[in-house]
Amino acid sequence: MQVKKNEILCAIGPSNSGKTSFLRVLNRLNDLTPNFRMSGNVLLDEQDIATLDIENIRKRIGMVFAMPSPLPLSVFDNVAYGVRMTGIKNKRQLSEAVEAALKQAYLWQEMKDRLHESAFKLSGGQQQRLCIARTLAVQPEVILFDEPCSGLDPISTAKVEEAMLKLKETYTIILVTNNVKQAARVGDRTAFFLTGELVELDQTEKLFTAPSDHRTDDYIRGRFG
Amino acid sequence: MTSIQRQKIAFALLFLANLLVVLPVGLIVFIIIQKGWPAMTWEFITDIPRHGMREGGIFPAIVGTIYLVSGAIIFALPVGLLAAIYLSEYAKDNLLTRIIKLAIVNLAGVPSVVYGLFGLVLFVSFCKFGASILSGSLTLGIMVLPIIITASREALESVPYVFREVSLSLGASKWQTIRHIVLPNAIPGIITGTILGIGRAAGETAPILFTVAAFYLPQLPSSVFDQAMALPYHLYVISTQVPNVDPKVTYGTALVLLILVLFVNLIAIIIRSQFRKKKKW
Repeated sequence: MQVKKNEILCAIGPSNSGKTSFLRVLNRLNDLTPNFRMSGNVLLDEQDIATLDIENIRKRIGMVFAMPSPLPLSVFDNVAYGVRMTGIKNKRQLSEAVEAALKQAYLWQEMKDRLHESAFKLSGGQQQRLCIARTLAVQPEVILFDEPCSGLDPISTAKVEEAMLKLKETYTIILVTNNVKQAARVGDRTAFFLTGELVELDQTEKLFTAPSDHRTDDYIRGRFG
Repeated sequence: MTSIQRQKIAFALLFLANLLVVLPVGLIVFIIIQKGWPAMTWEFITDIPRHGMREGGIFPAIVGTIYLVSGAIIFALPVGLLAAIYLSEYAKDNLLTRIIKLAIVNLAGVPSVVYGLFGLVLFVSFCKFGASILSGSLTLGIMVLPIIITASREALESVPYVFREVSLSLGASKWQTIRHIVLPNAIPGIITGTILGIGRAAGETAPILFTVAAFYLPQLPSSVFDQAMALPYHLYVISTQVPNVDPKVTYGTALVLLILVLFVNLIAIIIRSQFRKKKKW
């Protein structure tokens, strides 16, 4: 399958259908799992990611996890973390990067006076947007979202979705979601996974109105899963 | 019997078990303080032993113990921490690793006299350090290594896995992740292990018996190749080897040893709580 620049590609499917595994293949996070096997190739700008430097891959392909997962640091240090790891120590450069990233994640207004508080004091929705800002600060090309709204209330979800729609102007987004409606709202194209198999990949509109595989139809209508 | 009655009986049993644990410890501390306090004079702490160790002070033994414990920790903490990092972060989970982990846990239970003999053979004879502070410190260090490794490993492994994933997903290398995320959050646990190690090193007699301890040495050691007196061994000597020692001297020595260990622990606990305060989750 191909992912196009500046699109939001959604992956839907029931639990254990391989959506998250697929996502974690893309930034080679599965390499951490013992006994993990994969076949096939992932190409980023025509280059096989298995042959590229792993830290570099993860800078170019950012990831936002399912549960809000701030690092045990302050708000500022959370966002600055990835930038610092590239070796940048200049304070002005760091605060510029942090400010820009927080603005992109619609968090700057809320956070500008709380930068040195612990990230664990934020609400769940704020934490998740902080995680998005943290990923953006590294200036990736692709962002992987792994069910980013599964732990959030509807208002926080709306904010995260709004951020994603804005972000696709600059980034390429792959969104794994358990929420079929979310895929319908933000996805340009949608892929349906079932028991580790990619059943169907099409324009979101077409997949939701006239799916070509009956299993897709069943899932979307809520007949199983 | 109603469930409330049963609950009361269970509480009573639990309380009793606690009492059984606390009471002997409290009693030991109480008796040592009661009998040792009269000996606690400035002279006792700062003077050398006199009159066949029946009078005077125990200053050389205090200094000797401080040297030995410091030496042991200076050796065991870096080595133990690095080993723990390797075992918990880098070593692949295979049979060999599991055997090594099991061996380390079991080493913590080896009788201390075995470490003493080991130190005698390796450091005193083979390395030709002689009976010296160096030999004694290294022997004590090896004895506390398993404690430090086990505690550090547990501390490292208790840092949530998701922190590592997040750090790596942001492009940090494995070492950067360990250095900036895992280690800072494991420090309280590592310090706890070190406290346990210090307590054990300060109190053991057997490992220093053959490797460093002097029966009677009324001056301070001048280098790491000197012999030294040490509190636990001094306590052993004056309570079994020297006739007609005033019990208050014996208990006084025990009290000083107790205070010394408590004092070191207190420092470590303060450091640990400073780190805990910084902990943000």
